[in-house]
Amino acid sequence: MRDLVIIGAGPAGLSAAATAHALGLDTLILDEQPSAGGQIYRNVERVTDQRPADLAFLGRDYAHGRTLARAASAVDRRQGATVWHIGPMTRTEGRQVVWSEEGKAQKVNARAVLLATGAMERPVPIPGWTLPGVTTVGALQTVLKQSGIFPRGRVVLAGSGPLLMLLASQYFAAGIRIEAILDTTPPGGLNRAMLWLPLATVGARRAILKGRRLRAVYGRAAREVWRGVTGIRAEGDGALQTVRFTDASGVAHEIAADALALHEGVIPNPQLPRLVEAVHDWDPRQRCFRPVLDAYGASSASGVYVAGDGGGILGAEAAEASGRVAAATVALGLGRIAEAERDLRAAPDLNRLTGQRWLRRFLDAMFPPPDWIGRMADATTVCRCEEVRAADIRKVADHAQGPNQLKAYTRAGMGPCQGRMCGHTVTEVLAEAKAMAPGAVGYYHIRPPAKPVTVEEMAALVE
Amino acid sequence: MTFARLAGPTKAAAVTLTVDGQRIAARDGDTVAAALLAAGRQAIRRSAVTGEPRAPYCQMGVCFECLVEIDGVADRQACLVPVRNGMVVATQQGEG
Ligand code: FES
Repeated sequence: MRDLVIIGAGPAGLSAAATAHALGLDTLILDEQPSAGGQIYRNVERVTDQRPADLAFLGRDYAHGRTLARAASAVDRRQGATVWHIGPMTRTEGRQVVWSEEGKAQKVNARAVLLATGAMERPVPIPGWTLPGVTTVGALQTVLKQSGIFPRGRVVLAGSGPLLMLLASQYFAAGIRIEAILDTTPPGGLNRAMLWLPLATVGARRAILKGRRLRAVYGRAAREVWRGVTGIRAEGDGALQTVRFTDASGVAHEIAADALALHEGVIPNPQLPRLVEAVHDWDPRQRCFRPVLDAYGASSASGVYVAGDGGGILGAEAAEASGRVAAATVALGLGRIAEAERDLRAAPDLNRLTGQRWLRRFLDAMFPPPDWIGRMADATTVCRCEEVRAADIRKVADHAQGPNQLKAYTRAGMGPCQGRMCGHTVTEVLAEAKAMAPGAVGYYHIRPPAKPVTVEEMAALVE
Repeated sequence: MTFARLAGPTKAAAVTLTVDGQRIAARDGDTVAAALLAAGRQAIRRSAVTGEPRAPYCQMGVCFECLVEIDGVADRQACLVPVRNGMVVATQQGEG
């Protein structure tokens, strides 16, 4: 039995692992991605070794991921390991964690589990978002880090938020042409956020300075930059050909495009905290669910901790800090350190987290999450897997008590992605249709296996 | 949409895979999904209900739009699997 199983090798998981190791915990990291770093530091070790020239446009913050990975290098880590079940807590055996690696299922028991599964981009259900050629902004950044590839032809970036600005500046620095940026941030961002600027500057000075540099590049990173854009639609016959949108003064436009990347912020990856039935609440400021955690990352599920963006979006620096705090708290829970030592270790990180929360208030005010998803057009696809449209959901909204019953009525959430892509949209559409608060509408119940597995994989486990 | 590789120097080794019977060149460190895009493939599957063409959307393991058959195993998420020399990939254009 392991003392601690950490799921996810991004900033939260890696920093937690380094701390856990230093405190003598027998730790295992399971990470689904091909290499460590999470999304933010994706592929950083390989890029540093094989394509060091690319660090020039990926940036200094990206290179920091290497230091993090090194600090955790003494910890047993499995890449390509997809966790699909976390069993109930038992008094003598802890929790069983089950994952698949190279098509084979494996299991381990853990006294404590730390979910460091990070964020995903909020799905942006616009008309035509299922067309080939339409991706997320994060997807373009991912393949840039992973393979140094970028879309040829007319590239349009659309949406709002720091990641969009970051990719635009990385493309600009790498000499990759962007045809147009369609910025959907409601006008008046800096005015809305001004109240939080002093605190954010104290709490996260580096991030504020970086934001300023990004803003300077952003305006000239594309051939055209449109602000206050609404009503984005993707059109094409079998693949994206045209992007339509409405500008800030209400004039409709149409541009030819080969690639459209969407981004409306990030939300906690809900799957594993939901799987262990941790209590969640709706965060109205970020318009998403997040697990309810205490100050040290403990969830309501016994022996399950959450660190990093999976517990609420606060960014990479906060993820590192919360990982260390959670690991020290696990050590306290297992009787390896005294409370005084945990408190001493946690104090500077709790301070950092406060600063990062101030920064987040600033960013949330500047880039508010989209408020139109519940009112999206009837014909637009909500569930990509089962091709369920907003109209299909509205038709049964009166009869469906919540997302789980709706699933049975419409098949939304029953495809291979298991509701990852439609979960939050379904909650928003139902909330609007039923005139209820999203928090009261709730979310899909996530059952094991949390990722599709073959019968052979399950069978191998029993042997 | 087709993808191009940055011109910068790389020490990544060349890797060859077979996709739907054709040999494509990739690089060590690519995921299968990235290698497919770099080789000019885009719509690699069809949706379950209406059979419309689909392409990888998230590149991080959440959307399942990148499902392909790899070395005989169906429904693998191409964006999570690193390429290996000699890998045999088949796109799933027929079923969901
Ligand atoms: S592209 Fe989304 S899961 Fe692979």
